[in-house]
Amino acid sequence: MDLLTLPFMQRALVAALIIGLAAPALGIYLVQRRLSLIGDGIGHVALTGVGLGLLTGNDPVYSAVLVAAVGAVGVELIRERGRTSGDLALAMLFYGGIAGGVLLVGLSDNAGSNSLMQYLFGSLLTTSPGDLALIGGLGAAVLAAMLVFRPALFALCNDEEYARVSGLPVRTLNLLLAVTTAVTVTIAMRTVGLLLVSALMVVPVAAAQQVTRGFRSTMTLAMLIGVLAAGVGILLSAEANTAPGATIVLLALTAFVATAVGGALARRFRRGRERPPAATEPPDVVLHV
Amino acid sequence: MSEPASESSNSVVEVRNLAVGYDGREVLRDVSLSVAAGDVVAVLGANGSGKSTLIRTILGLVPLGRGEIDLFGVAQRRFRHWERIGYVPQRLGAGSGVPATVGEVVASGRLARRGVFRFPGPKDKAAVREALTAVGLLDRIGDPVTTLSGGQQQRTLIARALAGQPDLLVLDEPNAGVDAASQEAFAAALTRFAGAGGTILLVLHELGPLRPLIGRTVVVHDGRIAYEGAPPEPAGHHAEPGHEHVHPHADEAKPAICEWAPTEGTKAY
Ligand SMILES: Nc1ncnc2c1ncn2[C@@H]1O[C@H](COP(=O)(O)OP(=O)(O)OP(=O)(O)O)[C@@H](O)[C@H]1O
Ligand SMILES: [Mg+2]
Repeated sequence: MDLLTLPFMQRALVAALIIGLAAPALGIYLVQRRLSLIGDGIGHVALTGVGLGLLTGNDPVYSAVLVAAVGAVGVELIRERGRTSGDLALAMLFYGGIAGGVLLVGLSDNAGSNSLMQYLFGSLLTTSPGDLALIGGLGAAVLAAMLVFRPALFALCNDEEYARVSGLPVRTLNLLLAVTTAVTVTIAMRTVGLLLVSALMVVPVAAAQQVTRGFRSTMTLAMLIGVLAAGVGILLSAEANTAPGATIVLLALTAFVATAVGGALARRFRRGRERPPAATEPPDVVLHV
Repeated sequence: MSEPASESSNSVVEVRNLAVGYDGREVLRDVSLSVAAGDVVAVLGANGSGKSTLIRTILGLVPLGRGEIDLFGVAQRRFRHWERIGYVPQRLGAGSGVPATVGEVVASGRLARRGVFRFPGPKDKAAVREALTAVGLLDRIGDPVTTLSGGQQQRTLIARALAGQPDLLVLDEPNAGVDAASQEAFAAALTRFAGAGGTILLVLHELGPLRPLIGRTVVVHDGRIAYEGAPPEPAGHHAEPGHEHVHPHADEAKPAICEWAPTEGTKAY
């Protein structure tokens, strides 16, 4: 535990905890909308931002936030148009993003596969104090937005047409989701890495919903799983000298397996001793028809 | 044909010379329709005749080609009081990859009234419970919607619309794939809504147990309104005047649904 006296470890841990909370809070809406892979795509796009930052000598986190946000808004506009051409357009955007990123990183001075790997899979060493401030600020903003607008975002992701007829600002909310996805991807880049960011958005949600019945409880449990996986993952990876992103994601997947098995057992147990399905209508109503 | 807007002070939906198409292919041409406060209007027609397109255009989900639509006397484009409209789509949105309880789905019906920035208060919770009571699903409030039958899910959607305490209910084939018992429960819920002065515009395939409630039918055919008037004469005992659509036994079994059902025949219109 004396590792925790090291400032860079403290920064890595705090950053991971923030992301562990924020990523599932956002991810639940993406999963609800069956857009589980969108975070992955935006991660590809963010890589171009990293490349731009390295090339121009700026902090790659800033340029990655900007490029990813532009990409996410673009994806949202494509999605809004319709589906058929959207799928291909998304694919091209994503591959363009990763190709551009690799190219730009290669062109920059501090090239080398090492620096690219850091951004793709995360690293314990790279979170600077400035990064941490940015991660903390943006992470808190994402978290606040996801919690404050939960009823509206739930309605939107559950039934977009209904949300429209309710007079909700559907477009604004969609863009909010797009931008917060981009922000979450980039702030998670340092610790988890761009290729594994999406896992931290999705896997805790998948794990939670094995044992929950409602949206709110799923969100709470997913955030709990996310923050636990992130915290324990950072500590483990420091002790065992493993890649932090991979460790965190594998821990989240372990949680998924545990809840899936636990949930199945609980259901079997409940079915064993429960009443017969009580959901049927009273028969006397049927008789009169 | 097109009345001046000033005259329709209690007009709820006013459609004038509407034309709508998808990708240039015209689906509705020159459709005019007027629904006044307290009306119960059923839109009938063959598959693909444009019934859904009509009501979705009225709600602003399909872009208007030509013509004009007024909602509560205000041009649709400038209409902001969406809390006055409760929409019941044909089925639960395909979206949900995450479990949601019946209560959570119905609670989203309060958003139009409450707005995006306010947290749900006691009034919202009471409205959700009341709406679920009206459709007889209060005991399922904490269950995941996916564990409900098709008919019960349909009633959940109706509760969601009722929770916003709208003045106008718009329903798209609410009885599709719903068994007779659920249709009865659903008819009772609508009867109470209409009895309290609510306006209803709904797409139906067949009138079924809703028949006593329907004041006017509109038949869409070939992109136009082919018939508008009283519901077609039904066959069988449903035609008898004063036919009670409330079944005494059901009263005991489901007081939640039937306590408010009309007592002297259903003549809400
Ligand atoms: N989103 C769409 N894009 C293109 N064409 C559409 C779309 N929705 C409906 N149509 C077409 O418009 C016509 C009318 O469709 P609509 O759904 O309004 O019919 P409907 O009367 O509701 O039919 P049903 O009884 O099957 O529900 C159909 O020919 C249909 O193919
Ligand atoms: Mg239809």
